[in-house]
Amino acid sequence: MKDNLKEIIIKKMLVAAASTSIFIVLLIFLFLGKEALPFITEPGLSELFDSRWIPVSFQKEIFGIIPLITGSVLVTAIAAVFLIPFGVIGAIYISEIATFFEKELLKPFIEILAGIPSVVIGFFGLMILNSMVKDIFDLNTGLTALTGGILLALMAIPTVISISEDAITSVPWSYKEASLALGASKLQTIWRVTVPAALPGIIAAIMLGMGRVIGETMVVLMVTGNAAKISWNPFDSVRTMTATIAAEMGEVAFGSIHYHALFCVGIVLMLVTFGLNMIAQKVLKKYQMR
Amino acid sequence: MVKFTNPKITIEKLDFYYGSVQALFDISMHVPEKKVTALIGPSGCGKSTFLRMINRMNDIIDGTHHKGKVCIDDQDIYGDGVDIVALRKRVGMVFQKSNPFPKSIFENVAYGPRIHGIKDKAKLDDIIERSLNNAAIWDEVKDRMDKNAMSLSGGQQQRLCIARALAVEPEILLMDEPASALDPKSTARIEDLINELKKNYTIVIVTHNMQQAARVSDYTAFFYEGNLVEFDHTNTIFTKPNIKQTEDYITGRFG
Amino acid sequence: MNKNISENIIYWLIRIAAYLIVFVVGYIVFDIVIKGLPKLNMDFIMGFPRRSGSEGGILPAIVGTIYLVSGAILVALPLGMFSAIYLTEYARQGRFTRMIRLAIVTLAGVPSIVFGLFGMGLFVIFFGFGASIIAGSFTLSFMILPTIIVSSEEALQAVPQSLREGSLALGATQWQTIYKNVLPYALPGMFTGSILGIGRAAGETAPILLTVAAFYLPRLPSSIFDQVMALPYHLYVLATQHPEADKVLPMQYGTALVLLLIVLIFNLTAIFLRSYFRKKYKW
Ligand SMILES: Nc1ncnc2c1ncn2[C@@H]1O[C@H](COP(=O)(O)OP(=O)(O)OP(=O)(O)O)[C@@H](O)[C@H]1O
Ligand SMILES: [Mg+2]
Repeated sequence: MKDNLKEIIIKKMLVAAASTSIFIVLLIFLFLGKEALPFITEPGLSELFDSRWIPVSFQKEIFGIIPLITGSVLVTAIAAVFLIPFGVIGAIYISEIATFFEKELLKPFIEILAGIPSVVIGFFGLMILNSMVKDIFDLNTGLTALTGGILLALMAIPTVISISEDAITSVPWSYKEASLALGASKLQTIWRVTVPAALPGIIAAIMLGMGRVIGETMVVLMVTGNAAKISWNPFDSVRTMTATIAAEMGEVAFGSIHYHALFCVGIVLMLVTFGLNMIAQKVLKKYQMR
Repeated sequence: MVKFTNPKITIEKLDFYYGSVQALFDISMHVPEKKVTALIGPSGCGKSTFLRMINRMNDIIDGTHHKGKVCIDDQDIYGDGVDIVALRKRVGMVFQKSNPFPKSIFENVAYGPRIHGIKDKAKLDDIIERSLNNAAIWDEVKDRMDKNAMSLSGGQQQRLCIARALAVEPEILLMDEPASALDPKSTARIEDLINELKKNYTIVIVTHNMQQAARVSDYTAFFYEGNLVEFDHTNTIFTKPNIKQTEDYITGRFG
Repeated sequence: MNKNISENIIYWLIRIAAYLIVFVVGYIVFDIVIKGLPKLNMDFIMGFPRRSGSEGGILPAIVGTIYLVSGAILVALPLGMFSAIYLTEYARQGRFTRMIRLAIVTLAGVPSIVFGLFGMGLFVIFFGFGASIIAGSFTLSFMILPTIIVSSEEALQAVPQSLREGSLALGATQWQTIYKNVLPYALPGMFTGSILGIGRAAGETAPILLTVAAFYLPRLPSSIFDQVMALPYHLYVLATQHPEADKVLPMQYGTALVLLLIVLIFNLTAIFLRSYFRKKYKW
């Protein structure tokens, strides 16, 4: 019976440990909500939809998050343009085309890339890509949405490659064999059979990658120029939601409207990544059911 | 169906489900004490499932449930307040695929007694030697007790697992195709061993091998698709079974 | 034959795309190593910064990062390991388990700056720790918790079920079984996961930005309630906030190299160990 009590206590402890994840997630939502809520009464929720973000002003501070959202959207869209082809092609190459030796060579590079801290990528962008973009496109500054998008794509590539690769390698060999036996070339087989079969996994991979892109802070803070304005031009400076929080939270007065506004931005960010994540998980789960 | 006045194990109207899939149907059966009872039947008919009911091994599978009763010495082992740990100590099990722990030979056999609180080195040594002896493997391993058990041959590994089960001094020994992965020579040794062990233990053994069932068992139960079709003296089952299905199976017409 | 040529062209395009990634990674690492290497000496690593980081070394930032990461691991490792043990060994299908899994997935997707916001709200302000090592460590620990849980689970699942059944069948209790016959074989894998977590924690900037990192603090911390410098934040500051950012280029590259080395060493060790244990424990 002494044993029994011990077993029960241990199990309770393990349950408690496992519950902390739930607890933390709830706390995150709770705290973001609690700190964002005062914005609704003062100055009012509609202020958030203003098209200007002017947090410091002698006349009137304005906290419209639209330019921050468009900034995030633009940078993310640019990242997607690079991320999707390179991520998917990289995964196809590694899983279907590369020889054993090439695989052993390629994979460590992808793993190294996954490990490089975002601030180092941002630093590289500042030092190298910045002037490259500036020179190639003949701009005044290389600190643009394009620069940020490229670097973000680079950062998210390992996520996309590793999850897509899993999806592609788990396509049953019999599918490919059947196609090859019908006289299709290897490339046709990849294109018509393997990729479509793995598509849900690839889509989930892309969504998870996009989640990383939207949530990434340091890179965009360092290389997108941080101009809070609505623009759809890749060669403009933009400011994302993440960069805004990072840049301004340090200087803001606790409890001010600005402070609450930044938490509102945090909530939007949290909801967007949460949504993406949930959809990706749904897709993955459906896919694994088969 | 034979009945015994003083059965070691009594199964009454047992149904068992994996989730919503029923694997055992209304099984009632007596297992006699200090005899060998063989379970035979085609693959997937529920022999392992039935065996695992007797030491409550199915409890660890998520989503299973049962109806009916399993009693050992008149105690309902699924009743309220039953100590599963104590039950499993009384009912030893040898698995189809030998599963020695990746520890030394000594540690493998000492695992059970240690868990049940035996710390004294001399006593432990004694139990281990006796168990290994009873499992007819002592001579082969006595000089290399600290070697990893994984380095033994398949037949030795299985006998080590038997020794490991004997070391906790059970009353009942459940064996799930203990010789299925072994060569004929190792199989013969295990069968001899079973003949020895039945003097002291109640043994229930699952086997796919008709000759083996005929050789080692006193009673035989034939399972088919989750039902107990026939249970009788091994002699009867193999010479003049009452039910046509049994005969067909024994004579190799299906299964 | 036309078809063959166009196939060949596509092959090469794919190959070029794949190797372009390799090239860029190689370029980044090479650039930082070449330009940072001249700075990699004792004065730099063991020295204190002077003139707001324009001169001197980065010892406080290295020490700060070590403190932060150790703190994060101290919290996240037991939590993560116990969560994983619960999930693999005890959890039954059901709502509670689904909720835990949902929470872990959610946690893995939370943007790092949101962790920063949360850590600031909870530890810095609500608990009143102020910007401090303890606030930063806790924040980082929450961030790496999913990494540790997932890799610990993997390690536990790799232990064959037959070992559990064998032990239970001998009358061992569930915890005895886990403790004596599962954990010993899963621990190496679990620690490998935590090394990955260390690598991640060491490189993150956004969560510590709001919870602990000091702009310029040329001394070592004396308690867990002190602010500290940290390598990634120091690099950010030197590269973007420093009044003479162009003049301190060597300092920037030196810092970037040290950070990169620390993170990559941890990551590569984890990767190596993982494949080593996978081979060693082929059941
Ligand atoms: N863990 C499980 N979950 C769901 N169904 C199971 C599980 N284990 C066994 N079954 C099913 O229960 C039925 C009986 O299985 P069991 O393993 O008892 O058969 P068996 O007679 O031992 O077969 P074999 O001779 O092949 O070992 C089978 O249909 C099997 O598919
Ligand atoms: Mg079986």
